[in-house]
Amino acid sequence: MIDILSFVIFFFIICSFYIISSLGLNIQYGFTGMFNVGIAGFFAVGAYTSAILTGPEYADTIFGGFQLPIILGWLCAIAVSGLAGVLVGLVTLRLREDFLAISTFGIAICIQLVALNWESVTRGPNGLYAIPKPFSRFLDSAVMSNLFYLIICIVTIVAIYYGLERVVKSPWGRVLRSIREDEVAAEALGKNVFMYRLQAFVLGCGIMGLAGAMYANFVRFISPQDFLPIFTIQVYVMLIVGGKGNNLGAIVGAIVIWALWSASDSLINFIVAPDYQTQAAALRIIIVGVVLVLMLLFKPSGILPEKKHLSS
Amino acid sequence: MIQYVVDGLVNGSIIALGAVGLSITYNVLRFANFAQGEILAIGAYISMAFIVLMGVGIGSIGPVSFGWPLIASIILSVLVTSVVVLAIDWLLFRILRQRSASRITFIIAAFGLSLIVRNVITLIAGADQMFLSFYIPKAIPVLDNFKVVPDDVLILIITAVCVVSLHTFLSITTVGKKMRAVAENPVLAMVNGINVKSVIRWSWIIGASLSAIAGTLHAHVTQLDPEMGFELILPMFAALIVGGVTNVYGAVLGGFLIGLTEAFAVAIDLSAYRGGIAFLIMIVVLILRPQGILGEKERDD
Repeated sequence: MIDILSFVIFFFIICSFYIISSLGLNIQYGFTGMFNVGIAGFFAVGAYTSAILTGPEYADTIFGGFQLPIILGWLCAIAVSGLAGVLVGLVTLRLREDFLAISTFGIAICIQLVALNWESVTRGPNGLYAIPKPFSRFLDSAVMSNLFYLIICIVTIVAIYYGLERVVKSPWGRVLRSIREDEVAAEALGKNVFMYRLQAFVLGCGIMGLAGAMYANFVRFISPQDFLPIFTIQVYVMLIVGGKGNNLGAIVGAIVIWALWSASDSLINFIVAPDYQTQAAALRIIIVGVVLVLMLLFKPSGILPEKKHLSS
Repeated sequence: MIQYVVDGLVNGSIIALGAVGLSITYNVLRFANFAQGEILAIGAYISMAFIVLMGVGIGSIGPVSFGWPLIASIILSVLVTSVVVLAIDWLLFRILRQRSASRITFIIAAFGLSLIVRNVITLIAGADQMFLSFYIPKAIPVLDNFKVVPDDVLILIITAVCVVSLHTFLSITTVGKKMRAVAENPVLAMVNGINVKSVIRWSWIIGASLSAIAGTLHAHVTQLDPEMGFELILPMFAALIVGGVTNVYGAVLGGFLIGLTEAFAVAIDLSAYRGGIAFLIMIVVLILRPQGILGEKERDD
């Protein structure tokens, strides 16, 4: 019984990081129509920021070990990921949307390279370990501390959800949708399209950074291997399956896809002989890719399509 | 020092040939094809398959380790890769075109496709590195204190031949002219009775052919692994943007520039950050001259 419970808690905690990233992507892609291929990168920036600020001192790094309160680490993670978003956005958001895609793709690769090679700060491929987890000092059972972590996750998700719902229903959110539908018309109505895009982009990157920070303080060990492009694709599949432009859809999609992903993992471990695990892992990624492509082809609006407002 | 320049030019030719494919899809089909790296990988693996099937190695001609078996597999790979790419277009991008999907949808689809192809390759060929041959570059002296590897020279010649043929194709043949017309203004081209579908087919074929050649050359000078396309895509995008997206020769120029800078990065011991350096140059160009070195200001479309 306790095993099942602890599994369910673990499942939903990991799922939360995807839900938060998917909500962050929704403001960029769902509402404003910006294609960010660097989700894994912004997630990694948040994770490393929080790990360095809240983590212990390591013998082989020259920077870090500040042991700040976790909440400060998370706020800084939002800020640093947002800043990364400002830098990318300033350069590319004035140009055709392809450039944003290419640049975010590039920045994610650069972040990966930095994480891998800047050993005096990130410990390179060895990663950062013993990152503190909230409440673990006060709650001696792992299940209890995970339960508390899940509560933090749920509170965060609810807060982001209501925040984003208010934001997208506000006049500001209407401008975002109008930019997505017709950039020239929005411009003609006197809206500074570039500034609105930049704000939405930075907001989304900050949310992804928070997801990364929460991931780091939960798993307590991060290395460059955690932030591969498959993560970006997973989040896209979640948002598109759930319904882009619908915050509830972003959440539902993340849960559905994460459930399928975990189930296929157990199934493959159960059926496939250990010798063929590489192939099985590849097959699983192929399935995710095929689901993405099929959704784009046959049901681009997702399970919960965007609600059409009177104004749109 | 000269060796770094030669390495840069060889690597640059591969990036340049790949970036030409990228440029063609960008201008004719109008989206950034994130699966372009995987087209190179498909080309390389198909060549590998033919080399294995023939079972006589890559052979050699004179000083060049580039024998008839390798030439034959490149030709076969060009054909098979073209067919594979046309099939992918038919299954995926054709349907998106029919639904007049947004450009972002095309990009996401291409991104998903790249992931699928990479893992299909892993599934079929395994995740380990493979080698076309156990070719070890051997430099031969040309001048008093100047040595070159014959294969490097051959790769530069092959690239030059490809670029000249591409130029001839685009400027002399009817298909080439139609292609430029569609790139310039697809609606006007259609109104003038140009068969856009056939132009799209030809664009894929030319892009795939050059990619198959580039992928095989890359496999010849380095190795094959399922991640090769992923590693090549950022330098190719950088080449496209640095040279100018609207100009197919810009992609060639950009390819050589990126190849040389990457070699320079290796020379000053920054090889770990190779990929990042291509990206930095790209960002600098986007800030200073977003249309690229040879590009014209883009129309709003």
